[in-house]
Amino acid sequence: MGSPAPIKDPTMPAPVLGPGQTYTTVTQKLSAIITSRTPLGWIAAMLIAGAILQLLMLSATWLLIKGTGIWGLNIPVGWGWAIINFVWWIGIGHAGTLISAILLLMRQQWRNSINRFAEAMTIFAVMCAGMFPLLHTGRPWVAAYWLLPYPNTMSVWPQFRSPLIWDVFAVGTYFTVSLIFWYLGLIPDFATLRDKAKHKISQIIYGVLSMGWRGSAKHWFNYEMAALLLAGVSTPLVLSVHSIVSLDFSVGLIPGWHATIFPPYFVAGAVYAGFAMVLTLGLPIRYFYGLHDYITDRHLNNMGKVMLATGLIVAYGYAMEQFFAWYSASPYEGYMMQNRTFGPYSGTYWSLILCNVAIPQLLWIKQVRLSPSGLFIISMFINVGMWLERFIIVVTSLHRDFMPSSWDMYHSTPWDWGLYAGTIGFFLFMMILFIRVMPVINIFEIRQLVANKSKHAETASADD
Amino acid sequence: MAQLFPRGSNAFARISIVVVLVVVGTGLTILLNTNRLHYTTDVQVAKKQPVPFSHKHHVTGVGLDCRYCHTSVEESSFANIPPVETCMTCHSQIWTESPLLEPIRESYRTGNPIEWVRVHDLPDFVYFNHSIHVHKGIGCQTCHGQVDQMPLMWKVNTLNMEWCLECHREPEKYVRPREEVFNMAWKPMDERGHAVSQALLGAQLIQDYDINPSTDCSTCHR
Repeated sequence: MGSPAPIKDPTMPAPVLGPGQTYTTVTQKLSAIITSRTPLGWIAAMLIAGAILQLLMLSATWLLIKGTGIWGLNIPVGWGWAIINFVWWIGIGHAGTLISAILLLMRQQWRNSINRFAEAMTIFAVMCAGMFPLLHTGRPWVAAYWLLPYPNTMSVWPQFRSPLIWDVFAVGTYFTVSLIFWYLGLIPDFATLRDKAKHKISQIIYGVLSMGWRGSAKHWFNYEMAALLLAGVSTPLVLSVHSIVSLDFSVGLIPGWHATIFPPYFVAGAVYAGFAMVLTLGLPIRYFYGLHDYITDRHLNNMGKVMLATGLIVAYGYAMEQFFAWYSASPYEGYMMQNRTFGPYSGTYWSLILCNVAIPQLLWIKQVRLSPSGLFIISMFINVGMWLERFIIVVTSLHRDFMPSSWDMYHSTPWDWGLYAGTIGFFLFMMILFIRVMPVINIFEIRQLVANKSKHAETASADD
Repeated sequence: MAQLFPRGSNAFARISIVVVLVVVGTGLTILLNTNRLHYTTDVQVAKKQPVPFSHKHHVTGVGLDCRYCHTSVEESSFANIPPVETCMTCHSQIWTESPLLEPIRESYRTGNPIEWVRVHDLPDFVYFNHSIHVHKGIGCQTCHGQVDQMPLMWKVNTLNMEWCLECHREPEKYVRPREEVFNMAWKPMDERGHAVSQALLGAQLIQDYDINPSTDCSTCHR
């Protein structure tokens, strides 16, 4: 099999794998992230993330001692940062599921090198999201009473007609399925690590985690079937979870919330935010561990395109909200939108439009989509923009409700900031820990890519 | 490379699935039923009191009416725990030397009330009113059991919320004529004293007394 300088075929997409990769180089490179000595940079990152994590401990402890009065939420804005951050985090999780499930069913090979850490991101983001409603109850240790339907001595059940209880099921299912799917994919890689590990203890830990995986044909057959089934189960979850989160709002009769566009608009926003977070995490990982052969230009380009597409859907959502406010001919809807656009929170609203609509238009330019620093900056804008979007939805609709006598402004407190920053610390801490103990890129799926590539090369040379 | 795990590991792994299910299932069953256990609810547990007051003796033996001591049960949310003066209406004359009654006399002398141990204690977040229940024909015995047979006081019902709702959802099963509220041994019967079914009588009384118990949260949790 000779390798003459390939002539670029314009109909063929860029490769999903760098040149010169073999089974050995893939396994060596990807398992070395775990088996090599701990890099100083990793320890430094861990310390920083750990320090931010302490903010979570502090804010949560003080909250449990004093109650939710330490936050800025109060009538009329009864849903403050807790729900904003919950929706923000849940949304971020969605890219992981989209990549692992929908792109698997669509046989998109470029998913293989980003699905593992995107799924990890999903799980940690859902954990962060889950903290907010629990802490918002003020007494998380009795939250089970209010959240879960179980045969109790009170002879009452949660209100099944409320989207809040649907939320419990949606998020609970989502977390469980994501965790199982993630773990399933890790099993063959844990087996690789078990065989690579030098220390007896790591051999045993990875051995237990790999559940006796020997890589036999039967194992692979079962694995492929289970992965396919779980992808099928996860696919509706990508759409259902954020649809139901959006129903928390749109079932309410509050101007600005009571809109039929909410479910699709939230789902698009979730995927948008999720891909921005995948890039926010993936680009530094790629840079520090030199994974350019696995997260290639093709990946950056595709993720940029997905962000552009979902960003346009989100922009359409913003436009439709304006349109509905006018078309409904409801004075309350009209006033809400006028207040949102030109009222006391207009600065936030226009920042949101800047972050989520204006700046991402740069993604039309291919050079931007291929530039890691460009993508990183844009994804940061989107991360901020998506948070502002939830802030605008929650606060501008509530702070001037139907009764002008109760109108008020919403002022966040340092404890709002502390808890929010603390969950970011938790998220980073878990991600950094994950990079060091589990393969950040799916080793066996990259090996499959190598296999496919050599097969294609053989066919190509046979055709010559 | 030598095998990492001994041969039995596979069996161990398979058994562990069952063990986890059994342990979690048993644990949840116990957890969910703790609020129904006598150990938690104190049902049929006679409490030790500063004076071993016997309802059985005073009601069945002496023939006192409930309202002789629980004076405000018809007008108030609270049925009233009698002051020591109520005891002394008789016990200044009889059993005046009894050592068992020394705390009564001491309380009477010093004015320090006796610290009875409360048997029926609803949580503070529950609003309960005796008078409305008495006026709508709920007998003392329906909730408190046959107090006239109790040497020391105990609960016969858990006072769990499910128990409250049992009656609030189907009051026809428990309601009786108003004049029979303080009767400890009442059985469903018509005006002529013939036994009738509770279902029939209850349905009639619900109409007569306009009974429509609310099950809104704010009825009890105000």
